[in-house]
Amino acid sequence: MKKKAPLSTGSEWTFELIDLYDSEISRIAKNFQLETYPNQIEVISAEQMMDAYASSGMPIGYHHWSYGKQFMETEKNYKRGRMGLAYEIVINSNPCISYLMEENTMLMQALVIAHAAYGHNSFFKNNYLFQQWTSADSIIDYLLFSKNYIRDCEKRYGVEAVENIIDSCHALMNFGVDRYKRPQQISMKKEQIRQKEREEYLQSQVNELWRTIPNYGENTNTPQEFRFPKDPQENILYFIEKNAPLLEPWQREVVRIVRKISQYFYPQKQTKTMNEGWATFWHYTILNQMYDEGLMPDGYMIEFLQSHTNVVKQPEFDSPYYNGLNPYALGFAMMSDIRRISENPTDEDREWFPEIAGKDWLENLDFAMRNFKDESYISQYLSPKVIRDFKLFAITDDDKENHIEIDSIHNTTGYSRVREILADQNNLGSIEPNLQIYNVDVRGDRSLTLRHYQYNRKPLAKTLDEVLKHLTRLWGFDVKLETVDEKGKVSQTAICKVDSNKD
Amino acid sequence: MTRLIDKRINGKNKSAVNRRRFLDRYKKQIKQAVTDAISNRSITDIETGESVSIPAKDISEPIIHHGQGGKRDVVHPGNKEFVPGDKIPRPKGGQGKGKGNKASNEGEGEDDFVFEISKEEFMDFFFEDMELPNLIKTKLATIYENKKVRAGFKSDGIPANINVVRSLKNAYARRIALASPYKKELRQLEAKLDELRRTKNSPKDEISELEEQIAFLKKKIKNVPYIDEFDLRYNNHIDLPKPTTQAVMFCIMDVSGSMDQNKKDMAKRFFILLYLFLTRNYEKIELVFISHHTIAKEVSEQDFFYSRETGGTVVSSALKLTNEIINERYPSDDWNIYVAQASDGDNWYDDSPLCRKIINEDIMPLVQYFAYVEITPDNHQSLWFEYEKIVKENAHFAMQKLESSADIYPVLRELFSKKDKIKVAS
Repeated sequence: MKKKAPLSTGSEWTFELIDLYDSEISRIAKNFQLETYPNQIEVISAEQMMDAYASSGMPIGYHHWSYGKQFMETEKNYKRGRMGLAYEIVINSNPCISYLMEENTMLMQALVIAHAAYGHNSFFKNNYLFQQWTSADSIIDYLLFSKNYIRDCEKRYGVEAVENIIDSCHALMNFGVDRYKRPQQISMKKEQIRQKEREEYLQSQVNELWRTIPNYGENTNTPQEFRFPKDPQENILYFIEKNAPLLEPWQREVVRIVRKISQYFYPQKQTKTMNEGWATFWHYTILNQMYDEGLMPDGYMIEFLQSHTNVVKQPEFDSPYYNGLNPYALGFAMMSDIRRISENPTDEDREWFPEIAGKDWLENLDFAMRNFKDESYISQYLSPKVIRDFKLFAITDDDKENHIEIDSIHNTTGYSRVREILADQNNLGSIEPNLQIYNVDVRGDRSLTLRHYQYNRKPLAKTLDEVLKHLTRLWGFDVKLETVDEKGKVSQTAICKVDSNKD
Repeated sequence: MTRLIDKRINGKNKSAVNRRRFLDRYKKQIKQAVTDAISNRSITDIETGESVSIPAKDISEPIIHHGQGGKRDVVHPGNKEFVPGDKIPRPKGGQGKGKGNKASNEGEGEDDFVFEISKEEFMDFFFEDMELPNLIKTKLATIYENKKVRAGFKSDGIPANINVVRSLKNAYARRIALASPYKKELRQLEAKLDELRRTKNSPKDEISELEEQIAFLKKKIKNVPYIDEFDLRYNNHIDLPKPTTQAVMFCIMDVSGSMDQNKKDMAKRFFILLYLFLTRNYEKIELVFISHHTIAKEVSEQDFFYSRETGGTVVSSALKLTNEIINERYPSDDWNIYVAQASDGDNWYDDSPLCRKIINEDIMPLVQYFAYVEITPDNHQSLWFEYEKIVKENAHFAMQKLESSADIYPVLRELFSKKDKIKVAS
């Protein structure tokens, strides 16, 4: 290959240079068949980065004290030098917005462009979870709509009233997602029109359900002959939005907004390892390609490798720096491994991955990126080699035993087991408690019953009581929690009376 | 395909509203922290903001998640010597190792949430809803002190006020103006002379005449003075009326045997608060410390708060001294005078009516505000009942009882609480 001249040699960046680098990176990305949304790259200052942090990267967000708290914490840690700021934040939108910090060197800007504007971007566009659950075209519109809506509510009903509702919704945010149904995609204008219609419709539906006047005392002895909802509901916020008897229409809309935003972030929570692995793999591959073509000088390459090595560092379990598996490290190792298996398979690989060994690596990677989430990705692609490289081992920590037991390690008999456990560890379904709306005492005291289906005897944390108070505030009547253990035994474990909630 | 945007010019304070929301929400806790901070500071040391710490559990955002316990299988990296079936002791604390990928949940950490507030925010929190009583405002509006301000230049004045640049500029202009007709003529003559010299056979006497004229002109030019009296310009100052913003605060405290260190601490905190409050309204504040038992004396801050004395109590001695100092050093035309008195209420029985007389007749006409706090957990003492009579006669006299240090802040607020009529007048 004929070497080209480097695009730049100094560490200072200019807008012209960023443009130049972007067009080269874009060209290389296209050669690797990366499909992306159009990019919008925004240069921001460190303070603006902290602002972006505080609102979990959303470019537009409604006002809430918790974001202020987060901002103050970030600011404090940053100013005291306890943490550096992330190099980049990227937003799953169309066009895909990525932030570059002005403090970065030219090389870092190039790295971030490759990582965010082409790596994450193509993942957002093509991964099935993102395609199904988020709508990149309308998210900015929706955020704008929600910000304006909540601001209007604050004007009409007072900041405190709105804040109370949002607090309660935030407490239940993780239970505000549909795991199986697909939400609709609409733009802000439509959203506003729909919102009006919804307000009227929702209220009428709620009234329908509660038309019967509650009958205290009489019916309590006879068992209720039907359950409402008919099937247990996992989306608690959705259930509240549609059925809570006492909420005002605007409060239902606020519930909906929090629920929608939670749903928007749901795929990101489930693809952390894949998404970061994918983006890291591509910044590594693209920048190496640029270096090979002579577009980057040696000095850049050294700076790049140093930064890249930091990103994919995996401290071992007994290191003071250990904080779980690093999704960048594991994700990158697995993506690189898929390429290795495709290009240079060993006998072991042929045995474990007959369907990809020796096939086109670009196609294999593309397939993996499109059709999996962390859990299934790990259970599909975690190879014995990566398990060995990371020296992964699985432990069983059972509070009934005095000791922790080593379940399996990186050996022939252990590979499958380690893989299985690691996959489950990335399954949101087992990370988050399984909580379902089970019943509403429609004819009686209107109390709401939740069921917690226990898994491996894991209890709920103490924060439960606080969250139940929030749920009671939204529901307006008593809330009960029943725990179902693995043998199917049901016991009532918590109750939150509506009166105790008033302060 | 790529759009590159410079967002740095956009505002950076996107989080300001959210920060404000946070502060508003935790007002109570922040105020508590601010109040605590005050008790640890010296009376004049207020030049900093404060780092405020709120217990993490108060500001946590609860979510439902798994607690410790049950059975969990977890994968970790970096195995060294373990083989399947090994039993290893559980690390202390039960977690750490056991919850590798479990997202840490807000609220479980025991560390307090610490953040900084600026001096302004600090003071705002502290004195929210408080303001100086009406009377002082009107006084402020009517009492003026003159202040010299620059107002251009004038042509006479004292040498100290000469403006050198202006004066030299004038001199230069005058020199140009006066010399230029001569210079013009001079140039003409010189040109003529040159011509004559160059042409042969020019008459000698004509040349010498010209030379004479030239010499004359040069002398003329030289005679234009370098600087003249009417070049001089003086800086002009005029008097501008300026509202007085200086105040003096008298701290009067009983240091007799019955005032123990605890009571003195409470008094100190009360004085600090009052001082802080006044600094919000006045540029310059002087402090006068008067301690008394049977006799009163003016002392330093250190002595005031920490010296130990014994003996009986004669309050009027301190009031007399206060009156004397005011008359001597702080003419009430120029000073806003505040008196804060702290005592446990003990007084020589016959002395209390005298105190009332002194306050009513001598002190009250001079001062903006007289605040009395009685620090005692017991029943009111004789002084209190005499002072109650003063309250009836003077709107700018206030008294409150302090039982514990927790009362100090509310009492101060009570003394200076915003009142509706104040709003109207100001």
